[in-house]
Amino acid sequence: MITAERKPMEELIECLRPYHRILLVGCNECVTVCSAGGRKEVGILSSALQMAFMKEGKTLEVKEITLERQCDPEYIEELVTHIDQAEAVMSMACGCGVQEIARRFKTKPVFPAVNTTFMGASERQGVWAERCQGCGECVLGLTGGVCPIARCSKRLLNGPCGGSTNGKCEVDPDMDCAWQLIWDRLKALGIEDRYEENIAAKDWRTGRGGGPRKIIREDLAK
Amino acid sequence: MKTESVLEKVFASGELAVTSECGPPRGAVPEKIIEKAKMLQGYVDAVNVTDNQTAMVRMSSFAACVFIRQLGMSPILQMVTRDRNRLAMQADILGAYSHGIDNILCLSGDHPHFGDHPMAANVHDIDSVQFVQMIRDMRDKGRFQGGDDILNPPKMYIGAAANPFADPFELRVARLAKKIKAGTDFIQTQCIYNLDKFEKWMEGVRDRGLHEKVKIMAGITPMKSVGMAKYMKNRVPGMDVPDEIIKRMAGVPKEKQPEEGIKISVEAIERLKAVEGVKGFHIMAIEWEEKVPEIAERAGLLPRPKIDL
Amino acid sequence: MENFEPTIVAFCCHYCAYTAADMAGSKRLCYPSNVKIIRVPCSGKVDAIHIMKALEMGADGVYVAGCLEGDCHFKSGNIDAAKRVAYIKKLLDEIGIGGERVEMILMSAGMGERFAQTAADMTEKIRKLGPNPVKSASLDKAPNAA
Repeated sequence: MITAERKPMEELIECLRPYHRILLVGCNECVTVCSAGGRKEVGILSSALQMAFMKEGKTLEVKEITLERQCDPEYIEELVTHIDQAEAVMSMACGCGVQEIARRFKTKPVFPAVNTTFMGASERQGVWAERCQGCGECVLGLTGGVCPIARCSKRLLNGPCGGSTNGKCEVDPDMDCAWQLIWDRLKALGIEDRYEENIAAKDWRTGRGGGPRKIIREDLAK
Repeated sequence: MKTESVLEKVFASGELAVTSECGPPRGAVPEKIIEKAKMLQGYVDAVNVTDNQTAMVRMSSFAACVFIRQLGMSPILQMVTRDRNRLAMQADILGAYSHGIDNILCLSGDHPHFGDHPMAANVHDIDSVQFVQMIRDMRDKGRFQGGDDILNPPKMYIGAAANPFADPFELRVARLAKKIKAGTDFIQTQCIYNLDKFEKWMEGVRDRGLHEKVKIMAGITPMKSVGMAKYMKNRVPGMDVPDEIIKRMAGVPKEKQPEEGIKISVEAIERLKAVEGVKGFHIMAIEWEEKVPEIAERAGLLPRPKIDL
Repeated sequence: MENFEPTIVAFCCHYCAYTAADMAGSKRLCYPSNVKIIRVPCSGKVDAIHIMKALEMGADGVYVAGCLEGDCHFKSGNIDAAKRVAYIKKLLDEIGIGGERVEMILMSAGMGERFAQTAADMTEKIRKLGPNPVKSASLDKAPNAA
């Protein structure tokens, strides 16, 4: 999922200061799974914002809506019935959702409620860790299913570096060394010889290096 | 011979090679690097210049190497993949070679987390292994990494680092094999205190005949004090300092500790001379460059062969 | 601010805290009527939003009362509740309402005295803190205020 974390309250209160009526939009997908922007979080944030305003003798009307997701225009369209009553929109979805709302409602200010962080997976309840950086050319088949681009602090394709200590990265003793994980997997799979095959320099064009990306499916695009 | 490098010539002669290193200043003060280099002149075959070591900004290794070259010494340009993309690296290599610098040490680099700019973007366009390969192709195929031809390809003598003390130990020989496959000519190891472990690594290296495919230089760093010994043991990733060393350093009064540290280094060099496959010594006396001549002398590494640049 | 009588909402788990409240009652132990008890099947049933809404609607203080460690009828509901309370305390500090207005309290079913004492302590604590700021701002906007 795409993970995110709520921005500090101070920042959120500051950007909503000029308004009295807002639409607070949650998302039922990724941000629900990482407990950052689903229906529950919309309720809590709404209450917190209203109390913050009340404390200063002001009111903030918050219309709470949680869409199925915010990265498809069909769902954004559901906001049409509410948009006029709001002076501004605050979206609890990832950056994709915030932008889609802004794209659809060009004259309505839209603010992000969360900082979108990474593409990751749940390690266990309440703990999410980075797994993928969308490099556009997946090498997981070569590295036993552990990504050196997302999980090695130096994104080495021929690691580990000399700082790997007890299976942990030199940057943080709680951070796994991706190349230790890769080596352990290669051993478990009985394909240790794979390790000495040098992986060539990456072509970053398939990643962000080539500019913002787009996928067009000719068979599906209208 | 692949290059005209003084270092390559020393290795070819069969003599043990000796290198040392200088850290450039944290400002536009060329006098500092020149002063350090002059302390080493005549006592080493070539001098490494570190590249934004520990991710702290310093005068660029390239610029500092130029000053050293102008003194008539042979510099080893250290370059990390952390700060530059492949265009900048190839450009700097052309530039350095044009200034008469023909040795390069390819490294990944310490993570910015450790330095004075933890907020900087980590480049790592390529890693150290791909870096070695890139320079080899520049030299031997006369081509840029992108494929186009190079006018007057740089004949760089290519080095890389090895750390027998990092984890996982079982991979450290294989990692050397990878670097050799990519085209490494010489290796400088992380500084050695745990001689037993180093010898174990060398056994693994010899088992695979790797000691004949690359020139391995053993890294030596003299301890200045017991404080330094403890710091290196506990706070530097990838460093192995056995307790006996700490005990030895702690066992002498403070004024005598520097001498004890040098003694330990000289003893290590003597022992390592006997290890098959060790072709030289890389003496890293960080902020203590003035001791290198003494260490070289006491370890019987002088005089250095006179080879013209 | 004189004669400020705080309103405290106490979410009490059926198996321990609520039973302790009953025990206090049968022992004729007095505790302040400021404390309004809401019975829940387990303290773990109390979600962040319940605490937030209580404060939003004007409660001056809230506490969640559950079983002692290891005694939760639903195994770890009390632990989950404690974590949520800690989270809400931080959030309340962030918005300037003050995390001290919310607490997690543990007790067993037989602890009638503890229930009564806790109720009294919490009431006093909140009395000293003063009314919930979400109300006082509107109180200040009296017609003849500047």
